Amino acid sequence: MSYLLILTPFLALVILNLLPNRLRETVGHRVCLLILAAQSMIAGLSPFVAWSRITSMQLESILGFNLLMDNLSFVLLISAGVVGAASLLVGWNTIKHGKERFDFINLLLISLIGMNGISMVRDLFSLYVFIEVTAIATFILMTIHKTKEAFEGVLKYLILSVVASILMLSSISFFLIISGGVSFPAIKAAINLSNPLSLIAIGLFLCGLFIKGGLVPFHAWLPDAYTAAPNAVSVLMAGIVTKASGIFTVMRLLNNAIGYNEPVKNILLIVGALSIVVGALVALGQKDIKKMLAYSSVSQVGYIIIALGAGTKLGLIAAAFHFINHAIFKSQLFANAAAIETQVGSRDMDKMGGLAQRMPITGATSAIASLSVAGIPPLAGFWSKLLIIIALFISGNYIYAVIAVLASVLTLAYFLSLQRRVFFGKITQEMAAVAEAGAGLLFPAVALSSITVALGLVFPFIIGLFVR
Amino acid sequence: MIDLWLILIFIILLLIEGFYCVVATYNLLRVLIGLEILIKAATLFVIAAGYVSGNMALAQAMVITVIVIEVVVVVIAAGIILGFFSEYDSLNVRNARNMKG
Amino acid sequence: MEIMVLLLIMMVLAALWAVMTSLLLRSAIALALTSVILTVIMYRMGAPLAAVFELSVCAGLISVVFISVISLTHRLPLKEYLARRQSRIMRFWPLPVILIIAGVALILIKNPLGAISPVSAGAQDVRAVMWNLRQLDLFGQIMILLAGVFGVLILFKGYKHD
Repeated sequence: MSYLLILTPFLALVILNLLPNRLRETVGHRVCLLILAAQSMIAGLSPFVAWSRITSMQLESILGFNLLMDNLSFVLLISAGVVGAASLLVGWNTIKHGKERFDFINLLLISLIGMNGISMVRDLFSLYVFIEVTAIATFILMTIHKTKEAFEGVLKYLILSVVASILMLSSISFFLIISGGVSFPAIKAAINLSNPLSLIAIGLFLCGLFIKGGLVPFHAWLPDAYTAAPNAVSVLMAGIVTKASGIFTVMRLLNNAIGYNEPVKNILLIVGALSIVVGALVALGQKDIKKMLAYSSVSQVGYIIIALGAGTKLGLIAAAFHFINHAIFKSQLFANAAAIETQVGSRDMDKMGGLAQRMPITGATSAIASLSVAGIPPLAGFWSKLLIIIALFISGNYIYAVIAVLASVLTLAYFLSLQRRVFFGKITQEMAAVAEAGAGLLFPAVALSSITVALGLVFPFIIGLFVR
Repeated sequence: MIDLWLILIFIILLLIEGFYCVVATYNLLRVLIGLEILIKAATLFVIAAGYVSGNMALAQAMVITVIVIEVVVVVIAAGIILGFFSEYDSLNVRNARNMKG
Repeated sequence: MEIMVLLLIMMVLAALWAVMTSLLLRSAIALALTSVILTVIMYRMGAPLAAVFELSVCAGLISVVFISVISLTHRLPLKEYLARRQSRIMRFWPLPVILIIAGVALILIKNPLGAISPVSAGAQDVRAVMWNLRQLDLFGQIMILLAGVFGVLILFKGYKHD
């Protein structure tokens, strides 16, 4: 079963490129949407169906892939499916040129293969390879519109990504010296905290992952890259790619390879707290919508890391749920920003005002997402933030719990400021001619909002499913 | 038996050169050359690790994969630099400081 | 042992030349030279397959890419080049100094890593490992090459050699 998740997009890629030119776009669109929907459903039904038992013996004997689809992978699989579908729908309405659309579909499929690979490998070096696959697909995706800003954003992302790659490679070399192999069980058996080599290896790998995930103090590439990318690509990057390469990998390593040690927990707590505070503070002063959303991403990802730093099972559950929530509401906010940008023509929030009268649906969905980020009940964000704060409290990190609560107030502040500046208030002269965005851009926003609301209402009942 | 620390000294020197080149240059192509030097240092470290731990087969397989990744990254970076050149008509890195993130 | 030290010193010097020279073309050639020396080092350490890969790909392909990009982007006029050269020397002269200081400091530290013994007596052949154990990496490589192909198609459209 796990093979299909990697091989199906690959087969689709091959077949789509062999089709004649006329059919490519439409068929590609349908096929890609089908694959993403199927993946979301498979991952979503995972607590009820034991997918790992449905395997095909012949396939396993031909291909010697070493994949395992365990409970943790479903978090990434379902997020990738949902965010990928949203990005595809947003891309369908913002990318006009036919050939660019087809390039977008191809690269989206490749990055999907990369992310599915990240979620299912059992080996440190294969993890690195699939992180690179996703990164390379993202580099090319950012340049499909060939604007000045896009090239600058990609350049910064590329340089820091290569630095992260060499940090990870050096760490893999250290692990090879310590344990003689690079699979997760071998590393787990060989880690010995009194040996300085182990500490250096773990530290280097974590630094590489923090650069990829955009955590403070390695977040320098993130605001420019998110702002400069085409809108559909921003949805993809903010929603899943940064988190898959950086944060999910940290979760996977803590669970399977490194384990919860004291120095690791301290590093995670400090980096998480720094990211939350710095991200929230800088987001307060932004004028550009996408840049504010980018700094908000830095802040929210800090929440996930600080939950992991708590070191308990509750912390892991809280982190996983906040991961899924952040994927949903951040991609929805970027979809709203895309709608605003296509209709208004600029991203400067000072020029906007009173758009709620002209773009009611966008305003409503944006309000729902903002409340979810800030942690207002009964939306999904409230539950995940509550779990994070409880996990920090129970494990004894009182200072960090207080920081998390205070930063929640900051989050509410900047999102309310966004809502007020863009949607509420008196409608200004230039905005009077703005119309509501097309149906294609509204559909993903509405769908994601309803998922947020539904998850929030249903969560107390399904929390049992998360406790694995 | 080659001493690991000896090789590590040279790897650290190469890393210093690579980082200095990326930081101090005004030309985009030289930034790419600095990144290349960094990747070569990492490759040498993988081979040295394989040599010291005895598992040379695994190290060689890893290095071959890393070389494939490296060449694709260089080709894409070259494409981005060409795009930069066509927009700004110069390869000066200071043109890329417009967006103050 | 001594040859290895000599080779490593040559590699660091070749990389230094690549960083310090002011002409881009010479920098690319110095990078290719670094690759060649790395190839010899890898061969002497017992990694012949990886060495030949590095030689053909890095010293070959990447140099071709660099030289084609250099030829597609025009040069600076002479006045600007000379003015740039002065500021170049100001920016780059600390590098050899830092290298010498760091080298001396590191040699004097005398091995803080402790004794390292070979952990696994792996006598397997690279080919067996690559095709039997690391098939997932091979699939990853195919994906990366596909992504590279798409990248070339998207990024390099419309550039003609002048």
